[in-house]
Amino acid sequence: MTAAVQELGWLALRFVVDLGAMTAFAGRLLLATLTPPVRLRLFVDEVFKLGVLSLVIICVSGLAVGMVLGLQGYNTLVRFGAEQSLGAVVGLSLIRELGPVLAGLLTTGRAGSATAAEIGTMVATEQLDGIRMMSVDPIDFVVKPRALGMIFVMPFLSALFIVCGLFGGYVVGVGFMGLDGGVYMSSLESAVVFEDDVVGSFLKALVFGVLVGLVATYRGYTAAPTSAGVSAATTSTVVVASVSILVFDYFITALWGV
Amino acid sequence: MRRSAARDFLVGVFVLIGLGAVAYLSFRIGGLTYGGPGGFPLFARFDQIGGLKPRAPVVIAGVKVGQVGSIVLAEDHRARVALDVDPSLEIPADTTASIVTSGLLGDRYVSLELGGDTELLKPGDEIGFTESAIILERVIGKLVHNAGVSGGGAEGQEEER
Amino acid sequence: MVAEPHVELRDVHMAFGDRVVFERLSCAFPRGKISVILGGSGSGKSTILRLIGGLVHPVSGRVLVAGQDVTRLSERQLFEVRKKLGMLFQGGALLDSMTVFENVAFPLREHTRHSPAEVARIVHARLESVGLKNVDDLLPGQLSGGMLKRAALARAIVLEPEILLCDEPFSGLDPVSVRTIEALFHDINARSAITMVVVSHHIASTMRFAEHVLLLLPDGPVQGTPDALRRSADPRVVAFLSEEYAASPPRLVPSGAAPAPAR
Repeated sequence: MTAAVQELGWLALRFVVDLGAMTAFAGRLLLATLTPPVRLRLFVDEVFKLGVLSLVIICVSGLAVGMVLGLQGYNTLVRFGAEQSLGAVVGLSLIRELGPVLAGLLTTGRAGSATAAEIGTMVATEQLDGIRMMSVDPIDFVVKPRALGMIFVMPFLSALFIVCGLFGGYVVGVGFMGLDGGVYMSSLESAVVFEDDVVGSFLKALVFGVLVGLVATYRGYTAAPTSAGVSAATTSTVVVASVSILVFDYFITALWGV
Repeated sequence: MRRSAARDFLVGVFVLIGLGAVAYLSFRIGGLTYGGPGGFPLFARFDQIGGLKPRAPVVIAGVKVGQVGSIVLAEDHRARVALDVDPSLEIPADTTASIVTSGLLGDRYVSLELGGDTELLKPGDEIGFTESAIILERVIGKLVHNAGVSGGGAEGQEEER
Repeated sequence: MVAEPHVELRDVHMAFGDRVVFERLSCAFPRGKISVILGGSGSGKSTILRLIGGLVHPVSGRVLVAGQDVTRLSERQLFEVRKKLGMLFQGGALLDSMTVFENVAFPLREHTRHSPAEVARIVHARLESVGLKNVDDLLPGQLSGGMLKRAALARAIVLEPEILLCDEPFSGLDPVSVRTIEALFHDINARSAITMVVVSHHIASTMRFAEHVLLLLPDGPVQGTPDALRRSADPRVVAFLSEEYAASPPRLVPSGAAPAPAR
């Protein structure tokens, strides 16, 4: 029993130490972002790897989630005779919550783990040391394009997820359930307010992008130089980033809604 | 660097459709207006607006012609609603603005019934004739009262707004 | 014995956590000569290279590179010192997402303002000097072990460093490639008098091309020329040399192999 409590204590301690180390890491990253060279070519490459290659999973998942929302939403609303509001229900759910959160989680699993594995492998094969020995800062050359790429890409992926979801809801509500298309759209449009909902949605996506970008690159950078180390870095990236997204989601929702 | 030409193109496409999605959500759905050539502002005062919200549609004969702008409490303690309608419309001075509900429990919107006056409203004018929103609870209450049913079930069915 | 050390370790105590690598190690590497660090596994050979490069820091002691103590420098100052160093890692450490050309060009593009044409000229010259042709568009993963080392060597010397550090350059190579790399080292050293510090466990080749040897034995280092070591009466030295000699199989010398350095 005491062993379990001890373990918990160590976990908490390690967490705090980790947090401190990650903050220092974030500081170095920020410094590298603000100083030349710009590394545009590498940044564009990362936008391709993190964004373009995530398009399929994002759009398919968005469509599926939208369709489920449409179905569940309709079945529930119809009990109150409020099925006209399906557009609003689907839209608000997607825009406020499901878009940024699910896009964030999916991207963590796909692109976040890939980034951590990539950087971790570079540590294991001494490529990062090689870069240091050539008088180049690995944080500037390796970490910066990847972290910034993730931050840049996330709001777009979230928006695409939402649009596909709205379409999915439309397909189910209008195509299958027989709602009027105009009613769906006008319910959607009148319920969604740019300043509150849409801006809040992008804000979340941006914050989630920062979270995943930081966690993935940090875990990769500090991976132990063995294959077990790389594997651990990858799994811990997915776990830590996912949980962080969900926790931050609550706080942003609470604060933004004020 | 041969492989980067195709990549660059795809990244460009990605950014374009991403921006497109963002723009769609912001303008079309979210109702963000880019303050272009100003619409046709009109005002109307109501005793009761019900649940009318800004950005609610303004319709004529069921067709959306504009949207509701700001809603403030005027000096005479009535609600002063700003309407922004299509500038190409001709709105007679004796037009009536009513707040109606979409369906039974749906969202409120403003419906304009055009009058026959030859004199037209100009931008910034106030619509003289208005019909306030119908509050369901009041109607039910009156119904119950007039029917003379005392106590019992019907009153307990007032909905919480 | 050592004229003017280019690189020097003074009283270095090195440990990783609880594991002590060596204590109070003092050694010097002469300017312009090929020095080889010999020792059994875990003796800390590669660690010395990392100390010189500033990749790790000692618990105590000083590491002097061209007179500067790298243990006292900030990261930015270290970057300046590293411009005088070239390092050949054991696995090559080429960036695997870039082609061979891009890898060798990398230091040029980062630290010089040469035009693309000039960069191409220098890169091709270096690649040729290590015997590689038509490998520009290959990825590191597509190279054989020997070619990989040579490409990494080309990258290490592309900025004409003062000091070249090589970590186990002969590991995993067939005997022909070993001779080729040896010849390259000899060549490079002869042409530009680069100070070289090579970590190796290959006794035979070491004895062939080294001008200065640092032998890391468990109870203390032994330094000297290969001849001095061969003639040494120290029982530890004798034991080490003979053991390794006995362990390595006789080497095939095919016709047309790279010439052995004249000794």
